[in-house]
Amino acid sequence: MNRPVPLIYERSQAGRRGLAVPRPDLPVPELPDELARKEPPRLPELAEPEVLRHFTELSTRNFGIDTGFYPLGSCTMKYNPRVNERLVGVPGFRDLHPLADEEDVQGALELEWRLGEILREVTGLDAVSLQPAAGSQGELTGLLLMRAYFEDRGEDEQRRRIVIPDTAHGTNPASVTMAGYELTPVSTDARGNIDVEELRAKVDEHTAGLMLTNPSTLGLFDENIEAIRDIFHGVGALMYYDGANLNAVCGISRPGDMGFDVVHINLHKTFSQPHGGGGPGGGPIVVRNNLAPFLPVPLVVRDGDRYRLDYDRPKSIGKVRGYTGPFGVFVRSYAFMRAWGPGLREMSEVAVLNANYLLSLLRDAYELPFDRLCMHEFVLSARGLKRDHGISALDVAKRLMDYGFHPPTVYFPLVVPEALMIEPTETEAKETLDAFAEAMLAIVREARDQPDTIRSAPHGRPVERLDEVRAAKQPIVRYAFEEHKHPTGAGERQLEAQKGA
Amino acid sequence: MSFISLTDADREQMLATIGVETVGELFRDIPAGVRFERELDVLPALAEADLTRELEQLAAKNDPPDVSFLGAGIYDHYVPAVVDAVLQRGEFLTAYTPYQPELSQGVLQAIFEYQTAICELTGLDVSNASGYDGTTVAADACFVAKQATGRSKVVVTEATNPQVRQVVKTYARGFGLDVVEVPHNGGTTDPDRVREAARDAAAVLFQSPNFFGCLEPAPDLAAAANEAEAVAIAHVDLVSLGVLEAPGNYGCALAVGEGQSAGNWMSYGGPHYGFLAARRDYIRKLPGRIVGETVDAAGKRGYVLTLQTREQHIRREKATSNITTNQTLLALAGLVHLSLLGPQGLRETGETCMALAQYAKERLTARGLELVFPDRTTFKEFAVRVGRTATDAIRDARARGVQPGYALGRDYPGLDDALLVAVTERRTPEEIDRLVEALAP
Repeated sequence: MNRPVPLIYERSQAGRRGLAVPRPDLPVPELPDELARKEPPRLPELAEPEVLRHFTELSTRNFGIDTGFYPLGSCTMKYNPRVNERLVGVPGFRDLHPLADEEDVQGALELEWRLGEILREVTGLDAVSLQPAAGSQGELTGLLLMRAYFEDRGEDEQRRRIVIPDTAHGTNPASVTMAGYELTPVSTDARGNIDVEELRAKVDEHTAGLMLTNPSTLGLFDENIEAIRDIFHGVGALMYYDGANLNAVCGISRPGDMGFDVVHINLHKTFSQPHGGGGPGGGPIVVRNNLAPFLPVPLVVRDGDRYRLDYDRPKSIGKVRGYTGPFGVFVRSYAFMRAWGPGLREMSEVAVLNANYLLSLLRDAYELPFDRLCMHEFVLSARGLKRDHGISALDVAKRLMDYGFHPPTVYFPLVVPEALMIEPTETEAKETLDAFAEAMLAIVREARDQPDTIRSAPHGRPVERLDEVRAAKQPIVRYAFEEHKHPTGAGERQLEAQKGA
Repeated sequence: MSFISLTDADREQMLATIGVETVGELFRDIPAGVRFERELDVLPALAEADLTRELEQLAAKNDPPDVSFLGAGIYDHYVPAVVDAVLQRGEFLTAYTPYQPELSQGVLQAIFEYQTAICELTGLDVSNASGYDGTTVAADACFVAKQATGRSKVVVTEATNPQVRQVVKTYARGFGLDVVEVPHNGGTTDPDRVREAARDAAAVLFQSPNFFGCLEPAPDLAAAANEAEAVAIAHVDLVSLGVLEAPGNYGCALAVGEGQSAGNWMSYGGPHYGFLAARRDYIRKLPGRIVGETVDAAGKRGYVLTLQTREQHIRREKATSNITTNQTLLALAGLVHLSLLGPQGLRETGETCMALAQYAKERLTARGLELVFPDRTTFKEFAVRVGRTATDAIRDARARGVQPGYALGRDYPGLDDALLVAVTERRTPEEIDRLVEALAP
């Protein structure tokens, strides 16, 4: 289990093949010399069983929700229903070409339309685009929509600023830059809400809008959301809702009712699309009617019992991704929503119950920066462990691996030192929460009694802590075959020293 | 509900531990004015068997053709069974981004292997871990060029995929780019016109094989860009790179494209993956995740996300991009597919596509149909005039069980009678004969 897995290139042997390709008895046309390949690409050469074994072996060096508890804050690592994997593979979905005639894809268009209808109901807003491929892309799309809206009113030049709280996820300011806006920060107060007085001073006719997650990355619902709404709408600005934390409030509070004009949903968070080691995701947006004209093309429209794609949208911002969007993600999310029905409310209730239960088990042993009930996630600080025993949030995270858990998010949000951001989700059993709390409490005891065990964690994983500084200083980002120099470390130096002796 | 473990007894115990009477109390911080008090107006919950029936009924309303020559950016290539098997490993499927490398060596090493494959195919030095699709990576590359040159004009060939061009223009708004298009000339692009347009440009973006399936004079287009000190960006097809020269070897500093042809089902347009590769000196400007090799505390080799100071979670408003979730699982599918093929298999796939496309051209022209660009070399796609509107031809062919291609008139003036026909290694000479019968009975 702990030997390194060779790179697939290191397992390669000239002459092996893993897949035979059809070869019709037809001549192959010649290519002009200046366009023809001179040297073949050095792709792996293995037979089929060896390829499967290689990737299976790699998968055993990885931890997924299927493996165990994965409480990453704001990631909503809930169970990914396996029936969804079966459904995306049905040929009637899997084999569709995105440019097929609408006649031939009525089922796909109907699914997209119905998915949009559920998103409208959950958000309390009016018009949908399923096109964005991820939350970040939804954010950029939403901001570009806002620019188009203001430009249409002759106000784009005047309104250059987007307000973002200091608890915001890094994608928010990055999206602001990509949309060509400027960032106005606002602080969080002692209750974990946006500082409303500071906000009032900073919002004026130069403001385009607000980007906010609610509940925030602190796992707290902003108690002043109505006042915030009045401030922004009062100056003619718009409100953007980052849907990363929607799992807390489905069927309980709707972003449209909170005052938001544009919302993105993370289908790979709230609606169970598997994360796949980093993607794919889906970031559909839902908007108020006044922003609908600017949505990316095409929209999915129902005419009686037929469905079609509407490209006749002269004010559209264009396209942010090919075709209608990541359809396989829609199949899974739609199936998930249909499995729950109106019980999506219960999904959020259990998510919030699980989080508050776990919080009660941990709040005395760790510091709780904001003394409130949480929503679907909460943030603790390991600051006390750092101060008293020199054990950081990172150390806690690495030691949790030895207990069989994936750690929570660490060092985010930035406003909490030594932050541990914990989101259990609704699909965890009480016993799992109890076991995780036990481990977190054991680590507190270990910090006092045997801190070195924590500092050298994890033990028993394929690798110990990795030298990330070295990886950035001397980036090795591809295998270089004969020229490849694997980085050496203490182990190899010892070997060299022994040779010399 | 079978995704939930909590029993009534569990809930009671948990509420007591928290110190509240009801679950409703947990939501007391939500102001009354924004509470949603009614039930969600959605259809009732479905048990798995019923859910399956519902979704299968929806799928049955779709009609994927048995024989399809529709390409135009997304292709009916064969996806080997081992690809599906690897993607179903729960340790890959249900894992998050590998921010905790000790728990994620599987994904990290796989991405490192993918990055290596993309570099080999494109002849470049660094690849990211994927972008959303073949359209957005083109926009990303244009922005990299802007950052590298300080210029904001971007030249794009008209023969580049219309969806790619549309997305580049949408992103140009936020990126502060001016997009200038160079029209095609008989199915390919004239390097002299590019040279002229590329003055003061940050980048020249061209696709080869282009949207018409024609091979552009790619080395000359790259040279035209380089002479103007603009960055040459090639939008390429992974499946073609077993027989076509690597863009890095003919003067391109960046290469991008839609990865779907390697390893992904068509799935009505996604999810797929965009790839982006660059020359070494662009590494710190690249968007997206990059995996690097390093050692652990015991000197053992391992893999981590690296150069993260480019990314949103560190650099925030100064990040090279806002991208976080990308398309890792689909890129993994691409890696598996390429690993099964190897260099010889990839070459043979390209050759088979070309041989079959040539056969189709010959049979169609023998029946009196004209190629739109008869003097151009093509790869796996070509444009043919069908003697009436392409949309009529498609409708008639569909009635005979054949999807014959894409109506080019949707995107290009004067081509209403032109059909873009794609021929992959999944097609056979008999199927091509059926196509010919359907188009020229």
